[in-house]
Amino acid sequence: MPTDAAITPSTLSQRDLPWQIHWDVKTCTLCGRCTAVCPVNAIELGTFRKRNIVVPFVGGREKPTSNFGVYHGIRQRTDPGYACIGCSMCNLVCPNNSIAAIKSESMDMLRFHRDRGGQPRTRGGRRNRGDSVLDQMKFMRISMLTDPALDAGRHEFELRTLLGRVLPPAKALASWKANGWTPPVREIHPLMIGSMSFGALSPNMWEGLQMGVAYLNEELGMPVRICTGEGGCPPRLLRSRFLKYVILQIASGYFGWDEIIHALPEMKEDPCAVEIKYGQGAKPGDGGLLQWHKVNKLIAAIRGVPPGVSLPSPPTHQTKYSIEEAVAKMIQSMSMAWGFRVPVYPKISASSTSLAVLNNLTRNPYASGLAIDGEDGGTGAAYNVSMDHMGHPIASNLRDCYLNLVKLGQQNELPLIAGGGAGKNGNLAANAAALIMLGASVVQIGKYIMQAGAGCLGTEGDRCNICNIGRCPKGITSQDPRLYRRLDPEKVAERVVDVYVGFDTEIRKILAPLGRSTSLPIGMSDALGIADKAVADRLAIKYAV
Amino acid sequence: MCRLFSLTSTSCISPMKAIEALDMMKEGHDGSGVGLFLSSLEGPFSRYKGLPILSGIFTRDGFKRMEEYMAELGFTPRFQLTLDTTGNPPPGTPRREIYLIQVFDPPEDFKSLEQVLQERKLTGIRLHLRHMGQEKEDMVVFSFWPDVITIKEVGDPLETGQYLGLDREELCARQILAQGRQNTNYGINLYACHPFFIQGVSSMTNGENTAFVPIKEYLSTQGVVGYEGYQSDSEVFTHILHFTLKEMGLGIEAYKHIITPLQDSDLEAHPDREFLQRLKQACRRLIIDGPNCVIGCLPDKTMFMVQDRKKLRPGIVGGRPGLYAFSSEACGLDAVIPDRDKSLDFQPMHLDTAIVSPECKEVRICRQTQPLPLQH
Repeated sequence: MPTDAAITPSTLSQRDLPWQIHWDVKTCTLCGRCTAVCPVNAIELGTFRKRNIVVPFVGGREKPTSNFGVYHGIRQRTDPGYACIGCSMCNLVCPNNSIAAIKSESMDMLRFHRDRGGQPRTRGGRRNRGDSVLDQMKFMRISMLTDPALDAGRHEFELRTLLGRVLPPAKALASWKANGWTPPVREIHPLMIGSMSFGALSPNMWEGLQMGVAYLNEELGMPVRICTGEGGCPPRLLRSRFLKYVILQIASGYFGWDEIIHALPEMKEDPCAVEIKYGQGAKPGDGGLLQWHKVNKLIAAIRGVPPGVSLPSPPTHQTKYSIEEAVAKMIQSMSMAWGFRVPVYPKISASSTSLAVLNNLTRNPYASGLAIDGEDGGTGAAYNVSMDHMGHPIASNLRDCYLNLVKLGQQNELPLIAGGGAGKNGNLAANAAALIMLGASVVQIGKYIMQAGAGCLGTEGDRCNICNIGRCPKGITSQDPRLYRRLDPEKVAERVVDVYVGFDTEIRKILAPLGRSTSLPIGMSDALGIADKAVADRLAIKYAV
Repeated sequence: MCRLFSLTSTSCISPMKAIEALDMMKEGHDGSGVGLFLSSLEGPFSRYKGLPILSGIFTRDGFKRMEEYMAELGFTPRFQLTLDTTGNPPPGTPRREIYLIQVFDPPEDFKSLEQVLQERKLTGIRLHLRHMGQEKEDMVVFSFWPDVITIKEVGDPLETGQYLGLDREELCARQILAQGRQNTNYGINLYACHPFFIQGVSSMTNGENTAFVPIKEYLSTQGVVGYEGYQSDSEVFTHILHFTLKEMGLGIEAYKHIITPLQDSDLEAHPDREFLQRLKQACRRLIIDGPNCVIGCLPDKTMFMVQDRKKLRPGIVGGRPGLYAFSSEACGLDAVIPDRDKSLDFQPMHLDTAIVSPECKEVRICRQTQPLPLQH
């Protein structure tokens, strides 16, 4: 740029961007793969001018001269609309490892310019904070010489959990004797794949997850369940026997429910459960959002909307005006649709109002559980401000809810399903075990299975996070066949199976030393400790340094 | 580990017999305490069948406060037995003022109450006395129930038994539970000594219940009088048994299905699968974990032994018609019933409940995979 050129307030240098492209002129073969693969066109072919100094023979009479030449290479664009997202796909495709996206060590200036046209930043991903209370927890109550610890590899372990309202023992027996109705209960694996919609995820990703789940159930006997998210369910799946592994979600946009209702008479199996989404951890108080980029014909057909329009679900259900009546009615209607054979539970964002919801549900005989999603939950699309600043951490919210159930003598009667941040730094089994010991009956994961199952590039360091615009370079959250064909559903299924089998081994490695194998240690808070007094007091667990 | 010994007989036996068996198994406990549960009493107590007996340890002040309280409630003291100590207490045993076993005659309005209410009232009185005692540390109350005596003390079982003079002829019972304690997780506290007792249900355990905290939290919020004040992780076994019998109206055969339910593959093949599946789900909060051998006595004086899901603790039952014993180790059996047919000794495994009814005719083995008695 000439020094006298006009600059605008949003004119940035490469150094002002959060990610800088380092490109090596010496090894680059100019093959062009990096510029082709870049999902945001952050790099382009550049023609550079360079002055060459020609130094003549030493001792001769001729003076040095210079001339100008050109060479070609990669230029990083500095327009905020094309800022590098750090996905490093350029590095992945480079045959010579000549290019890399490096995170700037100083604060970027880009963040001040991401509201062009008055449109604040929207993105997919997560909260972008690496800290995790769950990671700090230790499992301390280990049976040492007093009693033999169990053998994680050889002993029998019963790790299933119950999804659905469990009646108190005396009531359950009375109902059995009277041949009366008992709320439906499913025995499932405690690690559930949380709600990610068909639409938020690419068809290949969805298919891969479903195949993985089917394999886990039918070949390995692991009752893993997956929630659809708000986007309906492909018609063939609705009419297949695999529906029993699926939790159908209904949210405020009711997307896809026309299709589901019509498929009801033809369903061979009941779904595992119905989740009514009232909120999600990543953007509490905000509705679902599928941006127009991703609403292609297929998505539009399944959701029952015109293609190419953004689909923001309202923040709240339009019919809802009070928890006492409207929520109860909704739970009852959904139960009724399947003849009261299917558990129906609401999902809310973790919030300081969670207890009020819980208390209400304890008195609703048709409510089958409560899913609580903490602030570390992920999303396919949301405003940056919602993701970064709204929400409540899961640990204390879950603990409060569990202890409240204890006070009522109803622990595990109404299972708590916890999500939002389990495995955010890769420690899935430890995080899940901690949540279970704090009181969760089920743990939901989303981002983890995208990272581990499909190679999602997102991190807590604001890497990639463009799930919202359908340009996912791995084809996980894209609706463009040119992108999602990169993802082989079979391979995703394999990875899902690997993740679950590995998880089971790790969880046994945690439970065996604690002497627990006969049942999932829900609420076994005496096992937990943390080196932070305030956290220990808040969660009513041990403080240990 | 702790060591357990219990016997059930058609004739009356001195508790010292059980303590001798504990002494045979001395290598397995550290002598940090002894606990005794006696029922089907003979001797002077047999004249007061049906009248509640208070067992506990008191200071003189505590005794007076107890008497005043009981008088206030209209309970008249009848037969009283205090254990007279001989010589100095054995090492580790504190000197106490009064070891009391006292029969009370309830007031007339009590007698007109329904049985359930009577039972609740007796438990309420015991708890009230316990709370009074904890306040001023002047009384410890173990049981208040007809035809039941409970004795607990810190120290080596044999030495303590001799010190307390437990071989006296007034103490004679047909069902006896005895535990020699190995102190592990929780403090040496008299309330932490087995056997635990609630409303005719008594049990003792050799083991460690790793699911203690969630189970305790669940039981203590069920609104049942007496599910409180847990000092030992084994106390919940007694309360789960009580819950099974009294709150759920099930028999001893269901107990094992509650504390260590069958896994799904076994359940599917079970003739009572629908019921058991329901039971497993409803009682999941009562599933125990860890290595445990439980011996207990029911209100109808039936004695039983169950093991944890993995059978990690020793336990053997044997005897002859008229006298059967449950013991942690075979040497305990040998000490008390040397003349039995040893080939009939049985070590209950992970699916078994060994049951001896008060007629003491045989050991009945109830496997979890067998059909349950009819539910009614």
